[in-house]
Amino acid sequence: MPHLPSFARPEEILLPVKPWFVMLTLILGLLGNLIPVSGVTLRLQPDFLALVLLYWCIQEPRLISVGMAWCLGLVMDVADATIFGQHALAYAVLAYAAEYFRRRVLRFPLWQQAAQVAVLLLFCAALVLLVRVVGGAPIPRWTYAVGPLVGALLWPVVTILLQWPQRPRRSQAEV
Amino acid sequence: MRHISVEPPPFFHRGPSPLARLAFFGLLSLALLFADTRYRYLESVRHAVAVVLYPVQRALQLPGETLAQITSYFSSQSALAEDNAALRQQLLSEAPAVQGYQLLQQENARLRALLNVEKHFQGAATAAEVLYSGRDPFTQKLFVDKGESAGVQPGQAVIDEVGVVGQVTRVFPYMAEVTLLTDKDHAVPVKVERSGVRSVMYGAGSGRLPELRFLSPNVEIQAGDKLLTSGIDGTYPSGLAVAQVVSVERETGQIFARVTCKPLAGVEKSPHLLILGPVAATPQRPEEPAESDTPRKGRGRHRG
Repeated sequence: MPHLPSFARPEEILLPVKPWFVMLTLILGLLGNLIPVSGVTLRLQPDFLALVLLYWCIQEPRLISVGMAWCLGLVMDVADATIFGQHALAYAVLAYAAEYFRRRVLRFPLWQQAAQVAVLLLFCAALVLLVRVVGGAPIPRWTYAVGPLVGALLWPVVTILLQWPQRPRRSQAEV
Repeated sequence: MRHISVEPPPFFHRGPSPLARLAFFGLLSLALLFADTRYRYLESVRHAVAVVLYPVQRALQLPGETLAQITSYFSSQSALAEDNAALRQQLLSEAPAVQGYQLLQQENARLRALLNVEKHFQGAATAAEVLYSGRDPFTQKLFVDKGESAGVQPGQAVIDEVGVVGQVTRVFPYMAEVTLLTDKDHAVPVKVERSGVRSVMYGAGSGRLPELRFLSPNVEIQAGDKLLTSGIDGTYPSGLAVAQVVSVERETGQIFARVTCKPLAGVEKSPHLLILGPVAATPQRPEEPAESDTPRKGRGRHRG
């Protein structure tokens, strides 16, 4: 297996994260969800906000946790014109699951992390499904599961992007 | 720990435990779910947030729109010429009908005046463009670029050039939500063009064809029949094309025939829509006579 950069294993000590950066990425995730698309792209579109939220819940559980996730879910409910509390519930449970499993997830290289993230995202989607089906909605087609899987595939990219500002300045260290 | 820890060590107070927080917020969301589905208390909150989000959504749409404009600008001359020729042909073929229409409308108006019947459809309509389809995979909805500011009201029918697309269900200041025919349990009162049989068409959700329920097996309907709006609900003006019957299954032992239909309009693909003006108010449903005054037949028989 080729040696992945330090993202794969915590060999490197990261710089502390800046709270404004966390907020910025969460807002970008929300905007990613609001991109108006239709047709096939809509089926492929992952829940960017859930993905970014999951990343911060795993990396920075003291900064972002259940309460914040719940609030973001509420915003998502309004933006999507869905039932109030549906995303809020799903995100809150997602944040809790992330906090519970974070030590295990972080032990693995990125691709294996992605597999675990897939399970978490599918669980989040299943929770939304449960809420809606109990409310009388029809069961959607199998394409419903595509979004979360695409999200899991994006996990390594998200990790590398979001960790960029925290990587130690190598040049300074070497000089 | 993966980074230089700047916070106090974890044995200091860190607020309630994650599980407690989850329980709190979980219960709060369940309460919200209940409040929203049961009582619809939260429509005003949704309204306010939608206003704030509107500019953001439009801004996000700009790159895609610009790209589409650029590609259409460079679309080949021949395609345009072909289009033009086809449209001319269509115009010509429809000319007799259009020329006759004026006459028919006048005649109709006179006859209606004679009959003293109110005009059922005022003809005021708003053209709208589809902004995007709803992200919620459980419902079939569209968002269009005309809202309260353009005089759109909930309940107005939405059509495209072929037939009925759906109905406006929620209105925001600058956009409106349209529920499509195919949304689960969305009902449209229809009549069969050929035989005049009245029924109600129910949507069945994404990827499934709408169906006519509660039609007895011996009813005059067959595959290929065209369904028009019957106009008896006061929402859809009468005579709009809705769907075509795809299959009729009459099984012995079943009380009702199973009739599936296919919407005629490009329900999920037409980019331009027409929001029809509100239908003239239908007269109030007459009060049911009180039971004590006129006992129904069935009851009477029991008592007798």
